[in-house]
Amino acid sequence: MGKKWNMALSLLLVVSMVLTACGGVQQGAGGKDKQELNWVITAEPPGLDSAITTDTVSFQILNNITEGLYRLNKDNEPEPAIAKDVEISDDKKTYTFKLRDAKWSDGKPVTAHDFEFAWKRALDPKNKSQYAYILFPIQGAQEYNEGKGDQEDVAVKAVDDKTLKVELKDPIPYFLMMTSFATYRPQREDIVEKYGKDFAEDPDKMVYNGPFKLTQWQHNKSLKLEKNEKYWDKDKVKLDTINFTKSDEVSTQVNLYNTGKLDFVENLDASFVDKFKGKEDVKVFNETTTFYLQFNTNDQFFANEKIRKAFTMALDRSIMTDKISKTGSKPAQGLVPPNVEVDGKSFRELSGKYLKEDPKEAKKLLEEGMKEEGIKKVPKVELLGYDRDTAKKDQEYMQQTFKEVLGVDVDIQILPFKQKLEREDAGKFQISYAGWGADYNDPMTFLDLWVTGNAFNRGDWSNKEYDKLIKKAQSNPDFEERAKQLAKAEKILMEEQAIAPLYHRARMQLQKPYVKNVWRHPFGADYTFKEAYIEGKQ
Amino acid sequence: MGRFILIRFMYMVITLWVIATVTFFLMHHLPGSPLANEERIPPELKEQILAQYGLDKPLPVQYLDYLGKLVQGDLGTSFKYDGRSVTEMIQQGFPASAQIGLQAMVFGVLLGVILGCISALRRGTLVDNGATVLSVLGYAIPSFTLAALFSYYVGVVWRVLPAAGWGTFAHSVLPSLALSFLVIAQITRYVRTEMLEVLGQDYMKTARAKGLERRVIIIRHALRNALIPAITIIGPLTVALMTGSLVVEKIFNIPGMGWMFVDSIITNDYTMIMGVTMFYSFLLILSIFIVDILYGVVDPRIRLTGAKE
Repeated sequence: MGKKWNMALSLLLVVSMVLTACGGVQQGAGGKDKQELNWVITAEPPGLDSAITTDTVSFQILNNITEGLYRLNKDNEPEPAIAKDVEISDDKKTYTFKLRDAKWSDGKPVTAHDFEFAWKRALDPKNKSQYAYILFPIQGAQEYNEGKGDQEDVAVKAVDDKTLKVELKDPIPYFLMMTSFATYRPQREDIVEKYGKDFAEDPDKMVYNGPFKLTQWQHNKSLKLEKNEKYWDKDKVKLDTINFTKSDEVSTQVNLYNTGKLDFVENLDASFVDKFKGKEDVKVFNETTTFYLQFNTNDQFFANEKIRKAFTMALDRSIMTDKISKTGSKPAQGLVPPNVEVDGKSFRELSGKYLKEDPKEAKKLLEEGMKEEGIKKVPKVELLGYDRDTAKKDQEYMQQTFKEVLGVDVDIQILPFKQKLEREDAGKFQISYAGWGADYNDPMTFLDLWVTGNAFNRGDWSNKEYDKLIKKAQSNPDFEERAKQLAKAEKILMEEQAIAPLYHRARMQLQKPYVKNVWRHPFGADYTFKEAYIEGKQ
Repeated sequence: MGRFILIRFMYMVITLWVIATVTFFLMHHLPGSPLANEERIPPELKEQILAQYGLDKPLPVQYLDYLGKLVQGDLGTSFKYDGRSVTEMIQQGFPASAQIGLQAMVFGVLLGVILGCISALRRGTLVDNGATVLSVLGYAIPSFTLAALFSYYVGVVWRVLPAAGWGTFAHSVLPSLALSFLVIAQITRYVRTEMLEVLGQDYMKTARAKGLERRVIIIRHALRNALIPAITIIGPLTVALMTGSLVVEKIFNIPGMGWMFVDSIITNDYTMIMGVTMFYSFLLILSIFIVDILYGVVDPRIRLTGAKE
């Protein structure tokens, strides 16, 4: 077996060397490759109105046809885009952005008013924007959106055409990054009003200020993007065309990939992983997500910390990541995923490793915990689960392990997503298999969920010290100290085992080797094609 | 005939109303709301957005609102695809689904009738057995299995036709073929059984005794009568195929309307659920109506008894 693999590997190496050599020759021939990228989207974008939309596909498209104050670069750091630079006050609550001379696709300049208009439009309760809360760091935003305040009190103001002043409720280290998010994109008042309900429903019913513009939208079939000649940084844009084909079936995507109709496959499932493993086409996309078991602390059994710990220790996380999903997911060591950063460093380095498998200790803790609670016989436990394929296998693994290690019979209740959510909201569960993805690059996007009284703290875990730390961190302008407070908070959460983090998900994708320089982002929109190009296709 | 159509039409309207009512109330008992990123929206905000949509009103009020709009032919706008009307979305998806469905139907019925006739006439021969095996397979193998096989072998391995996609006639061949197998199977079985029965009837002997040509006997006298049961299933089957098969459309990446039925329920897109249900029901009832009329064309006895009632 080992020998076979070695053979295959060396063969692969030779082949790839030959291919690289070929690529080199072609490149010398003068970059004659057609600059056309054939990408896939897994769903029809429900709407391209940046102030309203909520889904990943729309974010992906919008990220390439519009541009905000900042844009995430190759290393996922915010880089000045429509903003030329920014002045931040000492208390880190006032941001004054200076805008560069950028133009919309119809030739009109991008002004500070376009930002003020778009942000207030997203916050206007009449517009029913489901992502309005992403603007809540701005002073007065939440009050206006909840109908308790006035529009005038939202602290975003166009001082003049090229100056935008924003005041924040709290000092936050991730605000520049947030300005790259779709909901923070500018919009033109005249265009929005001209088309009213039809705004952004068709390519000619919107304007563009990003590297590309939308030129064709065949609903539920395809979208076509072409280079935007009015874009301020157009010299860096190399692609002429991007064709997005909609396909939500992996095997179809793979068939189209193999026949050269697609340059990309979004998300290989476990059945395809073995087939493509080791090929140079394979790319791993690390999501900023954490999947975990949520214990309901109102339940008599799981109110006990030792019992929660027992269930956490019983599991071997690497089985879920390496044996079940096989797409590159990483076993969790805490709540916050490794790609979340504070001050340019991974938060995980600052925090600790809290999770390890220890079946003996788990069994001991369970017995101790039951003694503490005066429970004689292990009750039947119900686990609320997802109805996705991989998740089902995870759930079966956990069921089996809890039985083998702890001797606990776990009943798996698989529910459709919305129904599961309803049970969680109502607190009608013992353990729930759940997940959360980051809204922005900061540990806070995960940690503030477990504050007492937060609607997403579904297990009702409560710790005064934790609440205090999060509250302090939220308004702390000293970002170094803030990071320590957050690390301490995570420690409490892990030591009391309010939840049992399982893994951070990764997707395995295929991308033709001739497609270069596509930026992948673990936050906000998934991809940037601004500087992508084709090389060595023909 | 005029009165017959009028009564039928009244029944149609009543049936549609019953379907609309049942669907409306069942649908509102689905857990969750039509909001897209429901798990992330703070609860106060959620209530407010729902109120903006008028979903905080009592259910009977919402029901009357809906019926009022439905009578005017307004199916409303989708929740998920904000701002796009359900009618427009059906208009965009239906043509592709309908084309594939119709092609599958025409091909399937033609082949099914021919195979059915031949098996009946050559009963017990190799041809008959072959046709029986084919129709059993057609019943047993789901269309999406065929679709996946066709897409992979014809599209990827042999590269004869596109593996997936939509645009030219070539794109529609494989999906139509995948869908047609069930049609072939059903029609073959119906026609064969009926043909055998009809061929044994006395009037067939009479026809032969009159000295009619074999071709005329089979087509005008035998087949015409044998087709009646087949026609019964053709109507609903056509509607089912024309409104799209979710999985076959997924495999071949066809911008049809099959996905709408499932997607709308998963996302609780209320207006969309109602829209596609009403559209489907309307077509189904219409097809039954047309089949009723077709009976008369094929068999004058049915027309006569219909008129007497």
